[in-house]
Amino acid sequence: MKTALVLSSALTAVAFAASAEEITVMSWGGAYTVSQVEAFHKPFTAATGINVISVDADNPATPLKAMVEANNVSVDVADVNTSDAVRLCDEGQLEEIDPASLPPAPDGTPATEDFLPGALSDCAVGNIVYSMVVAYDASKFPDDKPATIGDFFDTAKFPGKRAMWKSAKTTLEMALMGDGVPAAEVYDVLGTPEGVERAFAKLDSVKGQIVWWEAGAQPVQLLADGEVAMTTAYNGRIFAAAVTENKPFVAIWDGQVYEYDLFVIPKGAANLEAAKKFVAFATGTQPLADQAKWISYGPARKSSGPLVGLFQDGKTEMAPHMPTAAANLTNALPSSYEFWVDHEAELAERFNAWLAN
Amino acid sequence: MADATADLAAEPTGRLTTADGRPLKTALARAQARARRRAFLLVLPLLLFILVTFIVPIGQMLHRSIHNDGFSANMPLLSQWFARTEPGTAPDEAAYAALAADLQAAAKAKTVGVVGTRVNYEMPGTRSLFTSTGRKARGFEPPYREAILQADPKWADPTLWGTMRQVSQAYSPNFFLAAVDLARDNEGNIVQAPPERRVYLMLFQRTFLIAGLITVLCLLLGFPVAHLLATLPLRASNLLMILVLLPFWTSLLVRTTSWIVLLQGQGVVNNTLVATGLITDQNRMQMIYNQTGTIIAMTHILLPFMILPLYSVMRPIPPTYVRAARSLGASSWTAFRRVYLPQTLPGIGAGALLVFILGVGYYITPALVGGASGQLISNLIAFHMQDSLNWSLAAALAAVLLGLVLILYWLYDRLVGIDNLKLG
Repeated sequence: MKTALVLSSALTAVAFAASAEEITVMSWGGAYTVSQVEAFHKPFTAATGINVISVDADNPATPLKAMVEANNVSVDVADVNTSDAVRLCDEGQLEEIDPASLPPAPDGTPATEDFLPGALSDCAVGNIVYSMVVAYDASKFPDDKPATIGDFFDTAKFPGKRAMWKSAKTTLEMALMGDGVPAAEVYDVLGTPEGVERAFAKLDSVKGQIVWWEAGAQPVQLLADGEVAMTTAYNGRIFAAAVTENKPFVAIWDGQVYEYDLFVIPKGAANLEAAKKFVAFATGTQPLADQAKWISYGPARKSSGPLVGLFQDGKTEMAPHMPTAAANLTNALPSSYEFWVDHEAELAERFNAWLAN
Repeated sequence: MADATADLAAEPTGRLTTADGRPLKTALARAQARARRRAFLLVLPLLLFILVTFIVPIGQMLHRSIHNDGFSANMPLLSQWFARTEPGTAPDEAAYAALAADLQAAAKAKTVGVVGTRVNYEMPGTRSLFTSTGRKARGFEPPYREAILQADPKWADPTLWGTMRQVSQAYSPNFFLAAVDLARDNEGNIVQAPPERRVYLMLFQRTFLIAGLITVLCLLLGFPVAHLLATLPLRASNLLMILVLLPFWTSLLVRTTSWIVLLQGQGVVNNTLVATGLITDQNRMQMIYNQTGTIIAMTHILLPFMILPLYSVMRPIPPTYVRAARSLGASSWTAFRRVYLPQTLPGIGAGALLVFILGVGYYITPALVGGASGQLISNLIAFHMQDSLNWSLAAALAAVLLGLVLILYWLYDRLVGIDNLKLG
């Protein structure tokens, strides 16, 4: 009897501890969430005993804002993109994360120097670099292959329909790069009224040929169905279709627009300490490198780069498929959140008006 | 009931009472009040549910369309300065001092971004001005005008001060103005938005036109089907009914994606037409990712909402009426027009209203198959909810949409009469 009592109270204590040590992480779903579960959540639970519940949203920033404003925060960590991270942080909706609390690189380099520029901010810690690239179906171009961002807008030389993301962001930058503006000057040009005219003029030249996509899975589908010959798409999606499904899809890295995804902790998170522990763990050198085994997004830490190995199929070398590979960065544009937080309202409205007319 | 009581009370034999001696009229009134209370208690849970999950959130959301205290709540001193001075007053040292103090406090409370976002809605390109100056605000010392202008000369811009004056009031019509392609200039006059940014009025117009067209198409397609359903023998009509209901029970996304498979350039329809030689391989028809796709897919999806009310109205119409008209010499067209059609009007009204109102608010189908030319106003509401996070503008757009639908509903009531509506 006594044993049973001790046992049951011990069990209760364990159950209680387990229910207390639990965090909820919100991400974008699909193969991306899978990569995080494999590279971050499982090792984290193994190392700390803290259970990780994974939930998905179309864009975690939207429910996050709603939760914090309603003072009913059910998520402890969320994965958001740079402009949302900065915006939410400026609006006081995120907990601050001290960079000093993040683990240094294996060689002792402090975290502040190990992360790529822009991957650390007051409230957010970068985990991956993802990129919008142009991709084409090689079977549609048997002879001359497109190779530059300019070729995407050249429907005379490379006939066939195009697909683009229905958003001012990245589309306008790519239009300018397609018009010959070097990546380094894109935002200077786009900041002027003439630059905006120039971008829309370039888009006008192919407007009738473009199918607009909204969800990240659509461009791959459009390519696979033969609806379009070329598309803009997230590099990870193209990689997955090409490597795991053996589609003849090729990514053009010239004119890629890359951006970070970052972990943030909403104000009022119920398990703040565990959430901080999770962010520090997941953005460590090894977990970030491990994630590349599951999806072709580049790690946000320099020290993770050399540790990136083979894809889960055991034969594809991941390094050349990373947006951060040196060869892929020759004409690459880091998406500027400063530009977009200032100009998104204006340019998005203009873009929507241009689309609708 | 009340009349009967009155009659009884007027009986010459004196006042009627119940067994316990109370006047019958009061007893009856009390009993009725009790019954009403009980009935009210029965619907109370539903009322509370609707109030909590529907009316309050929608009310809060609509409130955002005229109320945004992003600036006024976080920049109290400067807002007071605006309230004290006449519109058009050039900012003096007191204004800059208030600005500096507010920016310092806001930077500390991490609300500079909120302030910047609010101003940025009205004047694009200013958000970073607030955040960057906010970061330097701690070091500001008098004279504040020089200190702030040294931090960023853009603060001298009179347009910026005009905009800040506008947003210093939490309640403002600006979001509603923006929702109908208007804006306020520096002096507060209402002017049209610049031509390259006018989009909402055109989209409202397109939304109502497309929803109207879909309603007409649904009526044309649905009327014969409903008639067939109503007149066939029960066994056959039940089978037909299943065919109507089956797609109705299928997920909206599945039906929308099926249309993509059917209509796309390399899709079933085009392939069949090419295979039969009706069109050449180079001239495949563009039926999806444009307005055509939106209209076809939405007509299909909304068709049951037309057929079902029509069917429920047609079912009880005795076939003998039309036969009688025919035997009295009416042509089949006259019999249909003057005898059958008028009896189906309540169903047509209900079906048309349902399809139209659902069509006006449709979002996912145009988003997936509409391309650029098939976008409706709901897609932009979703854009401002999810992407630009400008919830006030989304709320204003939604309120305008709601208002327009209510006006149509009122017109319908005036013209046809809402009593003439039969939903089933």
